[in-house]
Formats: sequence, C-alpha cells, structure tokens
Amino acid sequence: MAAILLIEDDALLRRGLELALGRHGHDVRTAASGEDGLRAFRSSPPELVVLDLMLPDVDGFEVCRRIRAVSEIPVIMLTARGDDFDIVSGLAAGADDYVVKPAQPTVLDARIRAVRRRAPGAAEGVRVHRELRVDTASLTVSLRGEPVRLTPTELRLLLTLSQAPAQVFSRQQLLELVWEHDYLGDSRLVDNCVQRLRAKIETDPARPEYVQTVRGFGYRFGPV
Amino acid sequence: MRRRLWPRGLRARLLVTFVLVTVLGAAAAAWSSAGSASTALVDSTQRRLTEATAAQIGALAPQLSYPPDQAGLDRLRAAVGPDTLVTYRHLRSADGAGAALVTEELREAVRVRGRLVAQRVGGDGGSWLLIGTPVMITDLDGTRTPSGIEVYAAHDLGDVERRIDGLTRSAIGTAALALPPAALLALLAARSVLRPVRELRDTARRLADGDLGARSLPQGADELAELTATVNEMAESVQASMAAMRRMQADARRFAADVSHELRTPLSTLTAVMEVLEDAADGMDPDARESARMAITETHRLVRLVEDLMEVSRFDAGTVRPRLEEVDVAGAVRDCLRARDWLDRVELTAPAESRSRLDRRRLDVIVANLVGNALRHGEPPVRVDVSASPGEVRIEVTDAGRGLPEDVLPHVFDRFYKADAARTRTPGSGLGLAIALENARLHGGDLTAGNADGGGARFVLRLPRGMADQVEDG
Repeated sequence: MAAILLIEDDALLRRGLELALGRHGHDVRTAASGEDGLRAFRSSPPELVVLDLMLPDVDGFEVCRRIRAVSEIPVIMLTARGDDFDIVSGLAAGADDYVVKPAQPTVLDARIRAVRRRAPGAAEGVRVHRELRVDTASLTVSLRGEPVRLTPTELRLLLTLSQAPAQVFSRQQLLELVWEHDYLGDSRLVDNCVQRLRAKIETDPARPEYVQTVRGFGYRFGPV
Repeated sequence: MRRRLWPRGLRARLLVTFVLVTVLGAAAAAWSSAGSASTALVDSTQRRLTEATAAQIGALAPQLSYPPDQAGLDRLRAAVGPDTLVTYRHLRSADGAGAALVTEELREAVRVRGRLVAQRVGGDGGSWLLIGTPVMITDLDGTRTPSGIEVYAAHDLGDVERRIDGLTRSAIGTAALALPPAALLALLAARSVLRPVRELRDTARRLADGDLGARSLPQGADELAELTATVNEMAESVQASMAAMRRMQADARRFAADVSHELRTPLSTLTAVMEVLEDAADGMDPDARESARMAITETHRLVRLVEDLMEVSRFDAGTVRPRLEEVDVAGAVRDCLRARDWLDRVELTAPAESRSRLDRRRLDVIVANLVGNALRHGEPPVRVDVSASPGEVRIEVTDAGRGLPEDVLPHVFDRFYKADAARTRTPGSGLGLAIALENARLHGGDLTAGNADGGGARFVLRLPRGMADQVEDG
C-alpha cells in the first residue's frame, strides 16, 4: 500500500498498470511525460516512483537524476530486457531497482513492497564505527556528526553489512537480503548501490574503509 | 636441416641472377678474346721461330763438310744457338737444358718425314717449342737428299706464356670490373620491381587488417601497374560489399529493435491487465471464462515467443555480451530446478561445489530449457549430472524416453524445428534449444545432442572454466 507516481508515456500501458497496481492496493497517480512527472512529483511527493526509461521529452535517466537531487524516495525503472546500457545508466542515475518489460504486475508489486521494506525497524540501538554513527532505532546515519542522507536501499545495505562487521556477504546474499530478489538477481544492483553508499560515507571512495570489496566473493563491512 | 643455397627473397634472387648473368657474360667475352689472342700469339711465335731456325740451318748447311766429325757438329750447334742438339748417326752434340727435352718420338718423326717438325712440350721448366729438322744436301743437279745430320733447337716459350697469363689476368679483371656496376644495376632493377610489390603487400596487409580504404597508386603501364589496378578494384568491390553488408546488418538490427519496441508496449499492456482479467474470470459465465483463460494463456505464450525472438535477433546482431560472475555451478543448477519445482522430478548428482566464471542467468536459461524439454518430451527419470574438471564444467541432462530419432538429431538446434509435425502446440517457442546453443557458445562452450546407451535423449553442455576475465565491479 503505497502512494505511487507512475511515469509512462504509452496511454494504454499507463492505464493497464494503474488498474493492476490499484488491485494490489496501491494508490497510483500517473504522468504521461518526464516534465509532467517531475511537476507531479514536486506538487505532492509520492512514496515511490515507477519510471519508464523511454519518455518523449525528458528521458527517464534525467527524471531519475532530478528526483535524486532533491529526494531519497525509492525509484523503480521499467526497462527492456537485454538493454544492459539502459540498466547500467538507470542504476547510475540513482534508481533502486528495475523490472523488465513486459512487467507482470505481481512482480512489480513484489519489488515495490520490497523496496518499501528497506527501512527495517530492527531497533537495537546505536552502532558507532569510528567516525560513522548508525542509529538503528531512528534509522539515521551520521558521519563526523553530520547527518548522511541515504535512500532506503542504501540504508538497508549499510545496516545489513554493519550488522556483522568483517563478515563477507556475496552479491547474491545481499540481493536476497536487501533487494529480496530471487537467485537470478542482477549483481549490478549491489555494485551500483555500494558505489553510491561509498560516495556518501567514505572519505576516499577509491580506498574504502567501511564497505570493502572482497575480490571474487563480495563485500564486507570493515573491519574498522 | 638442409641449407638453402637458393635465397628465398625476391630481391636477393633478382640480385644474384642479374649479377651472375652479367659477370658470366663479361667473363665469357673476356675469356674468349683472351683465348684467341693467346692462340694467335703462340702461332705467330711458333711460325717465327720455325722460319728462323729453317733459314739458319739452310744458311749453315752448305758450309758443312761430309761426313761431319764431332768438331763439325759442335760448330754447327754453336752456330744455331743455345739449347740445341745436333746428331749425326751415333755422334751428338748437345747444349743447354732444352736439348734434354728432345724426345725419341720427335726424332723418329724427323727421320721418317725427312722435313722440319715442330713440337710443343710442357715440363717442370715451363713450356718449350722443339723444332727438329734434317740437314739436306743439295747435289749439283739440284736434288736434295738428307745428310743424316739432324738439328734440334729448343726455344723457351716462358715469355709467351707470361704474356698469355697477362691476357688471362686482364680478362678476369674485366669480368671483376663488371661486378660492381652489375650489382648496382641489379639493385636498381630490383628496387624498381620491388617497390610496387612492397606497396602492394602493405596495401594487402592493411586490407586484411580491416582498413578497407587502403589502396596502392599504380605507376607506369607495366604488369605490376595492372596488378596494382586489379588489387585496387578488388579492394573497391570488397569495400562496397562490406558496406552493403553492414548496412543490411544495421537495418536488420534496427528492424529487430523496432519490432521489439513495437511489440513490447502492447504486450506490456496485455500482461498488466491479464491479472485483472484472471481475478475476474472466476465470476464469468463458462464461455467467457474459457475465453478469458485462453486469452491469458496465449498472451503468456506470445510474450515468451517475442522475448525469444528478440533474444535470437540479439545473438544474430552480435550484440550479446555475457555478464561473467563467480558462480557455484552445482548450486546454480539446484537453484534453477528449485525455482521451477523440479527438484523432486529430477535426479540431480552434483559435486559439493564447483566454482566457475560464467553468466548466471544464461546458465539458468540453458539448464531450464534442457530439463524442461526432458520433462515434457522424455520419460522419467530425468537425470542431471554436473561434473567439473580443471578445464571445464560438464552438465548432462538425460531422460529415459525413446530418445531422438536419427533424422531429427541434426536439426534439434534449428529454429522452429518441430520433431513431431503433429505436436505444434507445445508451450515452447521453438527457439529454446537454438538459444541454449547460442548461450553455450557465448561462453566458449558447446551443447551437443545425442542418445544415451539406455535409449533416452542426452544433452551435454560443456562450459570452459577459464573464461577470459572481465573486470569485476567494486
């Protein structure tokens, strides 16, 4: 149950998805172009955006970047299968997840629910790792006393990793734990999210202290 | 290894041939002129000496007394000169080294023929001309009879020989003089022939490397210029066909992309609303319910068919790149079966862990296709055997059915090939095995079809483990 903004240029598909997502209990608003979508986003921010990448005026990547510039709300892209370039660019623009067209509403609904669960309420207190302070109750993160704005996905990735410092998580494990994907999840989601997380919390993202790569296996938190 | 006496390079061959021909020609000319000069020299020397000796003897003969005594012979010998032998019956008077050279053979010839005989002999002391002549007595009536006195004069030809040697040396010198200009000319000729050849070679190499704009400039109107022009024409036509092919390929790619986009949007809409329809179908009257279910089933089929078509066209366009990851193959196969609820319908044997770098999603596509086919068309039990060697991972999918008929085997990977003409309505798109094979080859591996010993169909997938490393993010 979420307030969703669906930005899709094809009228029938827009209406079809509106109908289908409505049946899954979501409150769907629609926009037919990038500009319309951004306007609707500004006038009343939704809880989540479902974004087609192929839009007539401002393309989906640009819409995603502009949303990211002002907000951390989850963005799910609709992409064509096999369009690796779209997927990579979309993730780089800040999207949290993607669904390949033709999208089954059940799958899309599952992704929406998963992405909204990414702010878990595992209230167990405050974890301090050197200059990084993670408050698992209020779900806030600060670095050297300054608050860090993380998207729910980034936050959930950080919480998952920092919950077991020094433990190595494979990309597949992280896809299942953070994105709730099945065994065929796209590991680029993880790599991309790690990069964005590093850009926000690491002093030197090229030589990360907190989120470290374990070549050939995956990622681990610290040890710090 | 046998040494090659004949050089391999065109330049070296031209050079050697040209120099050989020129020097041999010069040598032959010099040699033959030196030879005829020597002959003339020897002949004239011989004639001069012979005539001189004959005249000398002719002048001395009348002063002799007959029969001569030893003193008379000595006088005659002294008058003729050094290196002379004079004989009369058993008397002889010899002087100098040359006298010893007179052979019995020569004396016989002089005695028998009764006139002047000349002979050239070569020995340790050099070359000599021997002249033997009988001394004739002219009677009062003018008749000439041999007096029995024979004079043999030896003339040293060393001087003549030295002059002949000089001629020979100058002939060799002439031939040797011809060598540098011959080599120079050969080099120039070789260069003028080889420059266009080398240019052609460079052009051909650039063409082979894919630079289809490479051309050579034809120079002159000789055979090489014709060859250059022909090569240019060939390059022209290759370039034109390549351009046409690229255009067609681009058209095909664009067409596939257009088709995919055009089909994807309506199919997305259909897929979106099918769930709504499905939920509502239960409340419909039977005919409408059946129609709705058919629409749903066929929509899914259509989606699958279009996705497979687009996948095949991506392979055709060569735009497919594998996304390699470190994958536990046994685990991935188990996940594939589990996700489709096939674990209890398939006998899986797999090693505990066999890691390999490959595209996880594509491996899933292959395994799902092979196992799906075995479950649909074969008989249980369906077996999946995963095994790994240091070089490759091998996945065997076997069923216990009747197997694949011999006439079907060569076509199982063909697109839209249906083994059983009557079975046209299978859930598959008819592209599954073609895509599976493409995916196997994308990994540098292979997929083969055959029959197991027990009779069932057996598909063997082999994927190399040492797939070229791609950069891993992170």
